[in-house]
Amino acid sequence: MNIAVCMKQTPDTEAQIKIADDGTHIQTDGIKWIINPYDEFAIEEALRITEKHGGEVTLISLGPASVEKTIREGLAMGAHKAIRIDAPESPADPQVVGAALAEVLKEGNYDLILFGKQAIDDDQSQVPSIVATLLDLPAVAVVVKLDIEDGKATALREIEGGHEKVTFSQPAVVSAQRGLNEPRYRSLKGIMAAKKKPIEVKQINLKENQLSVEKLSYPPEKKPGRIVGEGPDAVPELVRLLHEEAKVI
Amino acid sequence: MATILVVSEIRNGQLKKVNFEAYSAARQLADQLNGDVATVLIGSSVSGLSDIPGKYGVNKVLQVEDASLEKFSPDAYAAVAAEAARHLNADFVFMPATAMGKDLLPRVATLLNASTAQDVIHMRVEDSGVVYTRPMFAGKILADVKLTSTPQTATLRPKAFAIQENPVTAATEALSVNVPQAKAVVEEVTTSGGGKLDVTEADVVVSGGRGMKGPENWHLLEELAELLGGATGASRAVVDAGWRPHGEQVGQTGKTVSPTLYIAVGISGAIQHLAGMLSSKYIVAINKDPDAPIFKVADYGIVGDAMEVLPRLIEEIKKLKAES
Ligand SMILES: Cc1cc2nc3c(=O)[nH]c(=O)nc-3n(C[C@H](O)[C@H](O)[C@H](O)COP(=O)(O)OP(=O)(O)OC[C@H]3O[C@@H](n4cnc5c(N)ncnc54)[C@H](O)[C@@H]3O)c2cc1C
Ligand SMILES: Nc1ncnc2c1ncn2[C@@H]1O[C@H](COP(=O)(O)O)[C@@H](O)[C@H]1O
Repeated sequence: MNIAVCMKQTPDTEAQIKIADDGTHIQTDGIKWIINPYDEFAIEEALRITEKHGGEVTLISLGPASVEKTIREGLAMGAHKAIRIDAPESPADPQVVGAALAEVLKEGNYDLILFGKQAIDDDQSQVPSIVATLLDLPAVAVVVKLDIEDGKATALREIEGGHEKVTFSQPAVVSAQRGLNEPRYRSLKGIMAAKKKPIEVKQINLKENQLSVEKLSYPPEKKPGRIVGEGPDAVPELVRLLHEEAKVI
Repeated sequence: MATILVVSEIRNGQLKKVNFEAYSAARQLADQLNGDVATVLIGSSVSGLSDIPGKYGVNKVLQVEDASLEKFSPDAYAAVAAEAARHLNADFVFMPATAMGKDLLPRVATLLNASTAQDVIHMRVEDSGVVYTRPMFAGKILADVKLTSTPQTATLRPKAFAIQENPVTAATEALSVNVPQAKAVVEEVTTSGGGKLDVTEADVVVSGGRGMKGPENWHLLEELAELLGGATGASRAVVDAGWRPHGEQVGQTGKTVSPTLYIAVGISGAIQHLAGMLSSKYIVAINKDPDAPIFKVADYGIVGDAMEVLPRLIEEIKKLKAES
């Protein structure tokens, strides 16, 4: 089974995010870059499936040469090879990202295409649905359980207050949610092996952005609240404040 | 004359509150742009719902009924919604930013060669067009974005837009669409906790963390949530410990909630937890450690043992309810 995993490099979840001078990007110096956490679940799932059914895992990432460091981390987990679609940055419009990925994915004859459910930088949660539509493939988003047997697949997807069980044929697109699996650590052997694995660089024409970021800002600071009191004796005052001041109960 | 189409989300044959928020927001925008609001109802039997959207200022209700649309399929539903947008020549297509909407609308946009502002919390009209505000980096940053596509498409975050009643008589039209064969079909929907309110939909969220000591104490949070008509949430620490299901987790790798009232009990307030609940209108923290970071963002705090404070809180709220 040939599996492609689309992965994006994102700032670490603990990173302090500061707005750059241009007002439309974030400051990148000092940031520690990681594989988007949801994409790590996708890579892990791809590795488990190929370990069981055979086949190869190809990582695909769109971005500048600097993302190759993160791609190598995915290769260190065990992915076999990678493709980087060259672009000065990951475009703001998910349609542009999706179209570029679809163009490259089309050439690869993959049985399964995995994504993270969302990139934790721009929080779009769009690219997997866009790629599935462009490639006219069945797709399931936000998946916490995936079973693949003889070309027939079942996925459990998270929705408000429950789950949907979805059946579909392959090739297909699936996006990974936390809970799908526990990603493995990169072993020293894996890290060494990753250095020799190929990263092919592709140049393609990106379509035009129809979504532009005009301005970034910080959310309004929450003003510090107050400690109403200590222990159960403070409860009547809390209830009074919630009722009379905040008017929420 | 701008036409705004809202794709309604029907679950279990019902129109949920999130739709009314989207209708109201669309109506408000339509008033500024001198336009109309339409909605499309998709399913195997939807005509019984057609009277509802008019209450919130929707002028036109399109009904697409087909036996094959009984079960939700993202690809088939997207094709139908895109056809409805073409039929109306829609300038804007909106949907609630729910699990369904966030998957469906980017697909509709793709079919219409358009782009999507996902999870919008605010819209405003400027001379140069509509500006959509959406959170990024788990709410640490707000981005103002513009769309140059036709139509412009956006999903609207639940609870970010107020419901406004604005009764009009909506025209209804049955639209026949060639429904493509669904590629991915929902076989079964399971609800956790017997159809309880989801944390993202509740006006009040009562969340517990490791300070609750164990799953056996959750009945206190459940009772409080029920008294306040809310839902229970959880920190990742307790989800990881298996005390609560993942669907209840609030935070960066869980759900983002914006209730009117968020009560955090025995939760330290790690940055990844705050990412999921900072946009709540009022935050109450109960924690035995006066230095817990949660107090920095809480409007009201009580320093104390949850096992002592919660029973008293339940008692006092019952008293208040009995009086009013
Ligand atoms: C990549 C990543 C993603 C993450 N995503 C999330 C996420 O989505 N959501 C999330 O919540 N966390 C997330 N976390 C974890 C987060 O960093 C914290 O570890 C977690 O939120 C802590 O949970 P807690 O507050 O329940 O536990 P603790 O930090 O252990 O806090 C327990 C609190 O309870 C108080 N307490 C103890 N006993 C009592 C008592 N008897 N009465 C009252 N108070 C008491 C203590 O003073 C303490 O403040 C993530 C972490 C990482 C690295
Ligand atoms: N620049 C990119 N290169 C490769 N994959 C991407 C890129 N951007 C997004 N993705 C994939 O699409 C998923 C969802 O991203 P998004 O729609 O941006 O939230 C991510 O988890 C990745 O799997």
